[in-house]
Amino acid sequence: MMLCKLSLKNIKKSIKDYAIYFFTLILGVAIFYVFNALDSQTVMMDVSSSTQDLIDLMMTVLSSVSVFVSFVLGFLIIYASRFLMKRRNKEFGIYLTLGMSKRKISLILFLETLCIGILSLIVGLGVGVIISQIMSLVVANMFEADLTKFTFVFSSSACLKTIIYFSIMYLIVMIFNTISVSKCKLIDLLNGAKTSEEVKLKNPYLCIIIFVLSSIVLGKAYHIVTSEFLTLQEVTDALKPIIMGIVATFLIFWSLSGLILRIAQSLKKYYYKGLNSFTLRQFSSKINTTVFSTTIICLMLFVTICLLSACFTMKNSMNANIKELAPIDAQFTVNMNMDRYYENYKDYGYNDDQIKNSHYTAKEMFELFDFDITTYFKDYIEVNTYATPDLTMNDTLGSKLDSIRTQFPFLAYDTKEPIMKISDYNAVAKFYGIEEYSLKDDEYMIVADFDSMIKIRDIALKNGEEINVFGHTLKPKYDTCQDGFLEMSSNHINTGIILVPDDVVDEDYLIQNHLLGNYKTSDKKEIEQIENDINALDKDKRANSYLLPSGSTKLAIKEATVGLSAMVTFIGLYLGIIFLISSAAILGLKELSESSDNKERFLILRKIGTDEKMINKALFRQIAIFFMLPLILALIHSMFGIKFAVQVLEVFGTEELLPSIIATAFILVVIYGGYFLITYYCSKNIIKERY
Amino acid sequence: MENILKVEKIEKYYGSRSSLTKAIDNLSLEVEKGEFVAIMGSSGSGKTTLLNCISTIDRVTSGHIFVDDIDITKLKGNELNKFRREKLGFIFQDFNLLDTLTAYENIALALSIQNVTSQEIERKVKKVSEELDIKDVLNKYPYQMSGGQKQRVAAARAIITDPKLVLADEPTGALDSKSSRMLLEKFNYLDDLGATILMVTHDAFTASYSRRVIFIKDGKVFKELHRGKSSRKEFFDKIIDVVTLLGGDLNDAL
Repeated sequence: MMLCKLSLKNIKKSIKDYAIYFFTLILGVAIFYVFNALDSQTVMMDVSSSTQDLIDLMMTVLSSVSVFVSFVLGFLIIYASRFLMKRRNKEFGIYLTLGMSKRKISLILFLETLCIGILSLIVGLGVGVIISQIMSLVVANMFEADLTKFTFVFSSSACLKTIIYFSIMYLIVMIFNTISVSKCKLIDLLNGAKTSEEVKLKNPYLCIIIFVLSSIVLGKAYHIVTSEFLTLQEVTDALKPIIMGIVATFLIFWSLSGLILRIAQSLKKYYYKGLNSFTLRQFSSKINTTVFSTTIICLMLFVTICLLSACFTMKNSMNANIKELAPIDAQFTVNMNMDRYYENYKDYGYNDDQIKNSHYTAKEMFELFDFDITTYFKDYIEVNTYATPDLTMNDTLGSKLDSIRTQFPFLAYDTKEPIMKISDYNAVAKFYGIEEYSLKDDEYMIVADFDSMIKIRDIALKNGEEINVFGHTLKPKYDTCQDGFLEMSSNHINTGIILVPDDVVDEDYLIQNHLLGNYKTSDKKEIEQIENDINALDKDKRANSYLLPSGSTKLAIKEATVGLSAMVTFIGLYLGIIFLISSAAILGLKELSESSDNKERFLILRKIGTDEKMINKALFRQIAIFFMLPLILALIHSMFGIKFAVQVLEVFGTEELLPSIIATAFILVVIYGGYFLITYYCSKNIIKERY
Repeated sequence: MENILKVEKIEKYYGSRSSLTKAIDNLSLEVEKGEFVAIMGSSGSGKTTLLNCISTIDRVTSGHIFVDDIDITKLKGNELNKFRREKLGFIFQDFNLLDTLTAYENIALALSIQNVTSQEIERKVKKVSEELDIKDVLNKYPYQMSGGQKQRVAAARAIITDPKLVLADEPTGALDSKSSRMLLEKFNYLDDLGATILMVTHDAFTASYSRRVIFIKDGKVFKELHRGKSSRKEFFDKIIDVVTLLGGDLNDAL
C-alpha cells in the first residue's frame, strides 16, 4: 500500500534527524520497565518476611509513582510529536495540494506513530530487561541480602504494564495528531515555513525593572524557605514561596531574553568579534518563543536536583544512623503510674485495666506474661524516667518563653518534660558507649539530638534559665544542650531529656521504666525467633488488661531503615532520571527541529568564508547557552531548595550532604551532559550536509 | 594590466561514467583588475557551474583557476574558507542575508569573522553604507527591507572586506526593474572606485551595465563583447544581437 510505504519512508528519513527522540522513547520504556520489575529481582535473594513486606510496600509506592511518571512521559511524547509535526507542515501541504484527503494524512501519521510505538516498545523492553539484570545487584546490595543464585529474570507483569501504559500514551498522541491535522488549513501549511518569526526587541528599561523585581521576589522566596522555615505551619504557607519562585523564574527568563542581547550589543568589542553577534542573535531569536519551556525545564531540573540529593542524603544518613542510634540489641519501655494522669492516658486510647495495672517495671511486666526476657539477655540494665506537670516546656524556657512562642507558635509548650536521674542516664550512656556526664547538687542539664529543638532550648540555656524540679531550684551546667538519647530509633528524634541530681527526684512521679539489653546469641535467625515470640505476646488475652512493654530492637530498626532507604533511593532515582531525560530531550528536540533553519544560516556563513572551526564553536555555544541557561537558575534554586529539604529531613540526619551532592552532580552530568553532546553532534551533522 | 582572475582550460563533469554530462568543456578566460565583466548564457550553459568553481563552492574536474596568482583548485578545507573570506565577495540572487541579524550586523559579520576591531568595523560600515545608499536601513532586519535594499546590503557585505574579486550570481534575478537599475548603477559606481566584479546573468539589460560580456554556450566561450566607448544603449543592442544569434532560452529574457 502506498500509505504504508510513505510512512515507512518518513520514519526512515526522520530517524536520522530525530535520533534523540527515539533514544528518549527507548530510554523511557526501559526505565519504566526496570522500576516496575524491581520486585522480580528479589526472587533470587534470601530475604526475611519483614523485608519482603517492605519490598511489597515499595512496589506499591513505585507503581503509584509510575502513574505520575507516565503523565510526564505522555506530556513529553505529545509535546515532542507536536513540534515534530510542525516541522512537516510543508510536506502535508504538498500531500493536500496533490489531492490527498485529510483522513489519509491522519492515517499516515497513525501508521507512523504505530511503527514508532512498536519499535520503541520492543527495543526499550529489550534494553529494560538487560538493565534489570544489573539492577538486581543494586537491589541485593540495598537490602543487604546475599545473591543466593543468579538467574535471568523477566517480569511479565512489568512488561505487560509497560506495554499497556505506553499504548495508552501513543493512542493519545494519535488522537492529538488527528485533531491537529483536521484543524489545519492548507494556506498555513504551505506558508508556515516562510513566515519568519519577527524579532521583537523588548523595552530594555521594562526588562531591567522586571528583572530586578523578580530577583527581589526570588530572594524573598529563598529567604522564606531557608530562614523562616520554622514559622511555616501549613501547606499553604509553603505554597507561597513556591508560587513566588515559579513566577519569578518565568519573569527572569522573560526579562533576560530581552536583556542579554542588549547588554552584549553595548559591549561592541565583544559583540562584533567572530560569530558572537550571530550566536547571540540565534539565541535571542528563539528565546522569545521559548521562555515558557525554559521555565518548565528549569523547574524540572530544580526538582530533580533537590529530589536526588535529598534522597541520597536520606539514604546515607539513615544507614549511618543505625550504627549510632541502635548501639544495643533491644530496648523495652513501659508506662508506669498511668492512673496519676488518668485523663491523659484515656485520651491516648489505653483502657481502664491497663491504666490501673501500670505499676510494674518492664521486666516484671514480661514476667506477668510468663515470659522471662532476661534469660535471653547476656547483660541488661533498668532505668526510669520521671515527669511532673510542674515542669513543662513553659517552665524550662523560662523568661525566654514569650519571645520563642512568637517565633515558633506551633510547639506543644504544655508537654511534660521527661526527667532522668543523672546516675540512670550514665548507666545508659555507659551501656550505649556514649558520653557520660556529672552534675553538682544544684545543677541540671539537657541531652538532645534533634537539631531544631536544640536550637530552641539553647536560647533558654544560654540565658541561664533556672528551673524548679520537685521543689529544688537548679541552674543549668552547660549553656547548650549536650548530645545524647535514651530510646533507640532510626533517626535523631530526642527532643530533650532533663538530667538532674539523683537526690532531687521524687519517686512518686515515675512515669516510665526502660529495660535495655544485649542478647546472648548473635545469630540472626535466633534473634528473629525471640522477637517473633515477643510480638506474639500481643495476641495473649492478658494484653487487654496489662500493657505490654513496647520495644525497639536493632534488627527491627535495621530492616525498617534498609527498606525505607531503598524505597527512597529508588523513588528518587526513578523520578529524577525521568525528569532529567524529559527536560533534556525537550531541549535537544527543540534545538534539532530548528536545524533546517540553522542549516540555511550556517550555509550562508560558509559561503562568506567562515572557518569550519568558528562555525563549530558558534554551534557549540548556541546549544550550550540553551542547555546552561535553565540549568544555572535551577542550580541557584537548588542551593536554597536543598537547604530547605535539609531542614525538613532533619530527623533523618543530614550530616552526609557532600557525597549525595556529588552523586547528584554525577547523574546530572552523565544524563544532561550526554543529551547535550548528542544534540551537538546531531546538529553538527545536519549543518555539515553539503549544499 | 594585472590579471585578477585567470581560468585555464577547466572542465567540469557531472554524473557517472555511463551518463556523463559536460557542464564546462575546456573553458578559459581572464579578468583584469578593476573590470566589470558579465557572463551570459541560457540555463544549462554552465555559467552557474563556472561561478561555483571560481567561488570554490564546487571543484573543477581538470584545469586551473588562479585568483590573485593563487591556484585555488589546489586549496583544501580551511584554506578554502580563508580564501573565500579574504579574497572574494559574494552577491547572490536570493540575497543570503541572515534573517536574525540587522543589516548593520549582516555587513559587520563579514569583517568580524576576520577579527577586525569594532571601531574599524563601524568606520567601514558607515563608509560603505553611504556609498550604497543604505544608511537608513542599517538597523532594520531583512524582512523589513525591500528586495533592492536587501541586495544592496548584500553588496555592501560583499565589498566591505575589499575583496580582490566580487562574484555576483544573478544579482537582479529577484528584483523589479527599478531596483535592478539602482543596484546596477551602484555596481558601476563601485567599478569606478576600482572593484573587480564578475557577474553571472541571463538578462541582457543587466549585462549591458558591464564593460565586457562573455557568452557561454554548452560549457564553452561562444563570443565576447567589449563595450568600449559605446553608450549603454548601444551596448545593449549589440548584446541583443548576440542573444538573437544564440537563440533559445535567452530570448525569454527580453
